[in-house]
Amino acid sequence: MSVCLERVSMVSIGESIISDVSLTVERGVMNVLLGPTLAGKTTLMRLMAGLDKPTSGRVLVDGTDATGIPVRERSVAMVYQQFMNYPSLSVYENIASPLRVAKLKSDEIDRRVRTAARLLGLESLLDRMPHQLSGGQQQRTAIARAIVKGADLVLLDEPLANLDYKLREELREELPSILREAGAIVVYATAEPLEALLLGGVTATLSKGRVIQCGPASQLYRRPEHIESARVFSDPPLNEITATKRNDLLRLSENLIVQAVGILAKVPDGIYTLGFRGDMARLDAPWQDSVSLPGRVTLAEISGSESFVHVETALGTFVCVERGVSMRQPDQSAVLHVDAARVFVFDRTTGLPVVVKPDS
Amino acid sequence: MARITLEGIAHTYDVRSANAALKRLDHVWEQGRAYALLGPSGCGKTTLLNIISGLITPSEGRVLFDGKDVTQLPTEQRNIAQVFQFPVIYDTMSVGENLAFPLKNRGMDRRAIKSRVAEIADLLGLTEELSRRARGLTAEAKQKVSLGRGLVRADVAAILLDEPLTVIDPSLKWELRSKLKAVHRALNLLMIYVTHDQVEALTFADEVVVMKDGSVLQVATPARLFEQPEHTFVGYFIGSPGMNLVAADVEGHVARVAGHAIELGAHYPKVPAGSAVLGFRPDYASVVPNGGVPVQIRRLEDLGRRRLARVALGPHEIFATVPHGVPIDGAEAGLTIRQDRLFVYVNDELVPGDRR
Repeated sequence: MSVCLERVSMVSIGESIISDVSLTVERGVMNVLLGPTLAGKTTLMRLMAGLDKPTSGRVLVDGTDATGIPVRERSVAMVYQQFMNYPSLSVYENIASPLRVAKLKSDEIDRRVRTAARLLGLESLLDRMPHQLSGGQQQRTAIARAIVKGADLVLLDEPLANLDYKLREELREELPSILREAGAIVVYATAEPLEALLLGGVTATLSKGRVIQCGPASQLYRRPEHIESARVFSDPPLNEITATKRNDLLRLSENLIVQAVGILAKVPDGIYTLGFRGDMARLDAPWQDSVSLPGRVTLAEISGSESFVHVETALGTFVCVERGVSMRQPDQSAVLHVDAARVFVFDRTTGLPVVVKPDS
Repeated sequence: MARITLEGIAHTYDVRSANAALKRLDHVWEQGRAYALLGPSGCGKTTLLNIISGLITPSEGRVLFDGKDVTQLPTEQRNIAQVFQFPVIYDTMSVGENLAFPLKNRGMDRRAIKSRVAEIADLLGLTEELSRRARGLTAEAKQKVSLGRGLVRADVAAILLDEPLTVIDPSLKWELRSKLKAVHRALNLLMIYVTHDQVEALTFADEVVVMKDGSVLQVATPARLFEQPEHTFVGYFIGSPGMNLVAADVEGHVARVAGHAIELGAHYPKVPAGSAVLGFRPDYASVVPNGGVPVQIRRLEDLGRRRLARVALGPHEIFATVPHGVPIDGAEAGLTIRQDRLFVYVNDELVPGDRR
């Protein structure tokens, strides 16, 4: 079973929302749409569901054109970022509601509700009302309702975004196996790189209404095929430096010229955008091959397991990740060392990764 | 500027109920320090803040500002500034007039107002916006103005902030966090910041007060909360994933978990049999191909900048780090844990070991 978007575009009030997207989602894998706010994740889902009609292009369901068929004639379930439940119905009746609409027999309803509730760990809460539930439990109820009717297509639009991080951690752990059990085509939209990595599956990076790259999450993470894909798949945001290579030297600014080492020694002369993630740079200790930038700390953002240290340099402010709780204080001077063996090198104009000459 | 002392504070909203919103607490908030009150909703952190601000009179105990009893005084007489979740500003006034308002209200002279407003605007990066009408500002800018209004009076005893970054777009939070830090460093004020968000608390505070179910579980620096949690909930709540907690029999230098002996970095003389829990962070536990405590690999997780393994240690499922360059394949592996990062808890509380 599959849903296929074929050269789909969408224009709304003269503004292009989706530009020429071709994408197939299939059963048996987790299909993840990764992109920032307004990248087009929700619109793509609405197009797949038949809630919106594309301006051009086709939507194929199992190879058959379904472009004009409205959502009520399709087998679709959706989970939103906001917890949506019927406030006057118990958890049981909330989960049962799509089955009641479908006029199933009550013993069949009961069997299905209890199966879904067991999967989501809601068995002891079936008699509660939504307002008596925590945010995590409310979202579990909404997910149970989405999978209970056995829809062919289950769409989850940033379902964990409104949960605090401990609840998110829990549900993230459980969701892949829960959704596998559902047996549907599952499409999951998120703005968080870490979530895409944890869910595994087939990930599409989205930016400004376009699909940038599509493939297994860890492959996309490590081998971006365009700078925009690396940007979408970085948290903290991708650090970027413009560099001009001439002979063996790398000019980073008017008066900052360094040796082209590591990968940078192997690229041809030209103007590049160097991209590095927070863990591809560190303070104090250089790498075997480093591009080193003196600067000062402006802030250490601490999550516990790691800290994002913001360092202001002559080339701008960059963020590097330190393990554990960083003790760095604002205004401390520090040297940021970028790992020249791992840095991404993109063509300045096209944003495409630069092919590195193999070792001779 | 002040030091705030809480003496035997406790609070119950409903006197007929046995459930205290805030259980008995003594604490001194030192002048010039930045504190965060951190905990899940319903933990009592807002109740505690409201007791300090004077919105709530505690059922028990006394609140002292620089030694003076203010327990019965209303908020207006406590000389504190407050910043709330949502911006509190006058839309019809300019940014500058908004910042000047609390000073004008107290009859400060024009020149002093002007220089103080300029100083605060500079700290918050609002200098360019001073003459702009507040109405058209973004939510972030409005909250900055709101923060500025809270900070503008130099004579306040303390600044109390209640989830001040709630309305801020996640991608812009770091800027306001860094402004808050800068403000605290520049102004030498006592600041108390309520949040349910770990990053907010750990980034902002010199000391974090972790609360749950009306009790204070630990008051410590961010580093100490992570490195040495004094309560199992702190171990779980701080850090991602949280601390691994497994039932153990502890005696002397050894913990027995599911039949395996784990050497402890300290000596534990009197831990009642069957009551102890061994705690260690995934960050300090590694899976290795050979040696260590035998575990079964359940799943490997590629988190981009690090790899984690979910492993079974007897009946317990725990997380451990897969070190860089270490090949882990197959179902069996070994678990090694840094000895100085192994902790023993009884009734959820840390049992101090003898590290000699």
